[in-house]
Amino acid sequence: MWKTILRRLIIMIPQLFVLSILIFIMAKFMPGDPFTGMITPETDPTRIEELREKAGLNDPWFVQYGRWVGNALQGDFGKSYTFQRDVSDIIGERAINTFYLSFLSVFLLYLIAIPLGILAGRYHSSRLDKTIILYSFITYAIPTFVLALVFLYFLGYQLHWFPTSGSVDIKYEEGTWGFFWSKLYHILLPAITYAILGTTGIIQYLRSEIIDAKAMDYVRTARSKGIPMRKIYTKHIFRNSLLPIAAFLGFTITGLLSGSIFIETIFGYPGMGQLFISSIASRDYSVITALVLLFGFLTLLGSLLSDIIMSIVDPRIRIE
Amino acid sequence: MNTSDELLKIHNLHTGFRIKDTFYDAVDGVSLTLRKNEILAIVGESGCGKSTLATSIIGLHDPNNTRVQGEIMFKNTNLATLSEEEFEQVRGSEISMIFQDPLSALNPLMRIGEQIEESLKYHTDMSKVKRNERVFELLRQVGINRPERVVKQFPHQLSGGMRQRVMIAIAIACKPQIIIADEPTTALDVTIQSQILDLLIDLQDETNAGILLITHDLGVVAEVADRVAVMYAGEIIEEAPVEELFKRPKHPYTRSLFNSIPQMNAHSGRLNVIEGIVPSLIHLPRTGCRFAPRISWLPDSVHEDHPTLHEVSPGHFVRCSCWEVFHFKSEIGGTTS
Repeated sequence: MWKTILRRLIIMIPQLFVLSILIFIMAKFMPGDPFTGMITPETDPTRIEELREKAGLNDPWFVQYGRWVGNALQGDFGKSYTFQRDVSDIIGERAINTFYLSFLSVFLLYLIAIPLGILAGRYHSSRLDKTIILYSFITYAIPTFVLALVFLYFLGYQLHWFPTSGSVDIKYEEGTWGFFWSKLYHILLPAITYAILGTTGIIQYLRSEIIDAKAMDYVRTARSKGIPMRKIYTKHIFRNSLLPIAAFLGFTITGLLSGSIFIETIFGYPGMGQLFISSIASRDYSVITALVLLFGFLTLLGSLLSDIIMSIVDPRIRIE
Repeated sequence: MNTSDELLKIHNLHTGFRIKDTFYDAVDGVSLTLRKNEILAIVGESGCGKSTLATSIIGLHDPNNTRVQGEIMFKNTNLATLSEEEFEQVRGSEISMIFQDPLSALNPLMRIGEQIEESLKYHTDMSKVKRNERVFELLRQVGINRPERVVKQFPHQLSGGMRQRVMIAIAIACKPQIIIADEPTTALDVTIQSQILDLLIDLQDETNAGILLITHDLGVVAEVADRVAVMYAGEIIEEAPVEELFKRPKHPYTRSLFNSIPQMNAHSGRLNVIEGIVPSLIHLPRTGCRFAPRISWLPDSVHEDHPTLHEVSPGHFVRCSCWEVFHFKSEIGGTTS
């Protein structure tokens, strides 16, 4: 199994290489460059041209690419044009914020979705099932920004139950309990919003898996052994139905690390999603390319993670 | 053959399925007796109601869309009237079942040992250690020589024949008095089939259980059955000891079944088929001889209006009097059909 994992990791190198070229070219295709936004009627065009020349933006793309890859391999992703700081530092700060938010989001998501999916499947076509289906369709139909704004307005501005932006209160020292609670407090509302809206897929998937599993031959065998239905659900049906959900976990985790663009932007939460949007707006090439490369890497990692999880939970699948 | 040998006595059983708020009987007035140490084969085409009969006996039908009426007497209780909870006590401990496809019938995520142990857990008060011992013993009993290895394996790691042996071990775990085997060899290849059948016979010799063998394979019937009941369109149309039935089949349907077995020495290269198809549940005429439409060359007058089972010789029952005048088309016209 370790061999397979290593092999999969090695295969990722050419994949990432191709990805990096594509990202680099596409980023260059975007109209404008980091200095476009600085141009005012008073700016001397020769000054801008000087800056471009100095930043190497006038070289052919492959020269720029070569320089970028060379530095990246040494862990240097360049400087952000906007922040004038190392890209890796900026992403590092944001990544930790997104990680906290994602972790809580996924936790709440599964906390809501798994029981509801199980109940809906277990009591298929009952009134409870219909209510859960209705809930999942409604939350599926609500756009993220609508619910986020509604929550922000009522729970944040009107009732003052939750903070309306930021990731931590500035009055706390880092490393204290107050700091930790303040962080948690700040991510709670965005995480709840995310969890409520993301449940549909898991509920529907789990529900149909359970309904399918109920009609399986091994359930009939279990009944023929005289096992009470309640036990058949817990020992036979749920385990089989949760397999695909477990396998999907890999994608979910890494997917969330790229941050939710809408949620982070609306809640003013300094995470990767928000950074991504703002760096695109300001043509901050070095940040964009580093971020997309990171997202690509996480996706590849997610698929590997899913395969590993699958091989752990399903005895029929063994990575040799 | 005294009545104390009788394990299961089914009387006038009707099992109907709900189709658009009406119940249609797939098993339509079946009466049967299963005795100790006997293999009773139920034979018939797909859709004749034989599997429905089996699921009614063991109570595995969907309670919401199925209606079971009549008597299934087992140990002075009518199984047809038991609640789901009461039935759970009977299933697995006194009546158990072997299914057709052993791969899908075993839980893919559960180790073999655990799947066998499960029914012991619910029906006996054995300790964990005792149960494990019993699992080993059962696996040896069904001819698996290395139980310590197999208990840790998953169903997909075993061959088809091994899986069916495991299914049989599950079925006999609590020493049931009745075993229902629903096409137990259909999904296996021929060499394994006879091994599994031999195993069933050996186990029966040890346990004296009554086995209800559901099959459409007359070869299997000839090999293992003591008595045979032939079903057609929800009814038993002929019932006899196996030798009697194979030597002197009476009912036109039974004879057609035998006639449709391919013969190696047949001169004609064509297979003998039974005309027509099994009538569907909804359109099935509920009066008269149900096989009449498929032997249309006989005049209507030869059938009874309300066909009943007649005992033509001791233990040999035939429904409808049409058998007395039945001839194959080929026998009348001289041409093969």
